[in-house]
Amino acid sequence: MILEIRELTKSFGGLKAVEEVSFKVMPGIILSVIGPNGAGKTTLFNCLTGALLPTKGKIFFEDKDITGKRPYEITEAGIARTFQNIRIFGKMSVLENVMIGQHSRSREGFVGAVLRTNGFKKEESEIKAKAYEFLEFTGIEEYAETRAENLPYGYQRRLEIARALATEPKLILLDEPAAGMNPQESIELMTLINKIREWGKTVIVIEHDMKVVMGISDKIVVLDHGVKIAEGTPKEIQSNTDVIEAYLGKGFEF
Amino acid sequence: MFFQQILNGITVGGVYALIALGYTMVYGILELINFAHGEIYMIGAYLGIIFIGIFTAIGLTEQSPLLAVLLSLTLSVIFCSAYGFAVEKLAYRPLRNAPKLSPLISAIGVSIFLQNYVMLSQGATDKVFPQLFETKGIEFLNLTITVLQIFIIVVSLLLMELLHLYVMKTRTGKAMRAVAQDKTMASLLGINIDWIISITFIIGSGLAAVAGFMVAMYYGLVNYSIGYIAGIKAFAAAVLGGIGSIPGAMLGGFILGIVESLAAGYLSSEYKDAYAFIILIIILLIKPRGLLGKSSGDRA
Repeated sequence: MILEIRELTKSFGGLKAVEEVSFKVMPGIILSVIGPNGAGKTTLFNCLTGALLPTKGKIFFEDKDITGKRPYEITEAGIARTFQNIRIFGKMSVLENVMIGQHSRSREGFVGAVLRTNGFKKEESEIKAKAYEFLEFTGIEEYAETRAENLPYGYQRRLEIARALATEPKLILLDEPAAGMNPQESIELMTLINKIREWGKTVIVIEHDMKVVMGISDKIVVLDHGVKIAEGTPKEIQSNTDVIEAYLGKGFEF
Repeated sequence: MFFQQILNGITVGGVYALIALGYTMVYGILELINFAHGEIYMIGAYLGIIFIGIFTAIGLTEQSPLLAVLLSLTLSVIFCSAYGFAVEKLAYRPLRNAPKLSPLISAIGVSIFLQNYVMLSQGATDKVFPQLFETKGIEFLNLTITVLQIFIIVVSLLLMELLHLYVMKTRTGKAMRAVAQDKTMASLLGINIDWIISITFIIGSGLAAVAGFMVAMYYGLVNYSIGYIAGIKAFAAAVLGGIGSIPGAMLGGFILGIVESLAAGYLSSEYKDAYAFIILIIILLIKPRGLLGKSSGDRA
């Protein structure tokens, strides 16, 4: 088990954004979290990454309790995420963005950088080489020296994914990666997500685009009003009456 | 006379730039105007006098003035960095998520506290910084430059270059730039925000200490209130260059120093302190975000 969520609750005042949600994630799968707007999907992600402190419940990552840990500690443990609204460092180059992702995995110091010692040069070139690997993996290596804010939208998403991968996570959380993409870009994104899984990473995706969800998921968790209403394979979910109700509303009775 | 004033301006400007860097770095990361920064500079000057005094007492100053100066300077930097670190931890960190006005008021409080703390412990009268270097200037091309001026210019330029390398090249420097752009995202990439903020204060305070030390040597007199005017001028320099921009603070510092010297030489030295603000007003009317400030509206 790479991730286990036990009875997780997060309330904001009287509102329970996430209520008693539990599920387990096996390593190496793609799991999608779906649900109508306001179902608590992003809140769940925020709890997982330490951005929010859960009100109740526990989160275990590789059997270690990570509930309430600080964001940078969770990153070091091996969880990375991307955001629904793109949050790249616009004023830096594409390459630098990815190098920052490697922050917690590198050690170079000030003295080395100023004196340009061999140790520093070696580590710097290793970091650069690795950063290029992530850029190649996501297919944006030709833009390495471009200022990140000048990248086209679809490539900014890829850069976010490249930067998240640079933290060397075992588990990567993608928050609506297909948002704002055209059908062609969505298909390319699905290929990329599959590639990440084939590389041995576990992926959790929040997504509204059902074509993407049904196309890539091994397992789907459905939230509605903060509560888990279903869990299963894409096939099972598609025929689940609770899920259909949550999305389309109860059928009229004549 | 013209080039002589420019030279004097560069000397003073280097010092303004060093202080301005502290304002701009903290603003870049926390969007806080650290009003206590001028006091750290003042404490740097006092610590300089104290350490030089100690080294004179043990006879080191007589043997090697340069070594005594460098050692005192290093010690002032270490102590001031500790002050900066502590001020952030005690007075600003608890207010990190409070409305922006709260840390600002806290900063003013720290500034008043530090001034009074130094006044009580060191006395309200001027303290004299001993003359250690040859005061007679070196002449070349009709210009007179003193050893001390060379020292100040070299040290300021060297520190600015080091800071630039640090911010642009090192892992921590990159992290700093990332934190300045998006704190949440930076923390999700494994960066310890609190530590980066501490480092920013440590570096900024260290630079202010160097500035305070060198000014004390240059003018020879130190007083508990010198941080106020120097701080406000350096703040003007940071705004002039575009607050939040490191090259901007350097540029702003030099422009301010040079304009001030020229105006003092050609117009009237009685209004010396006012010229800095006249320049500031003119530049802000033309370029509201400062010379190298960000032109887009990405900061509210």
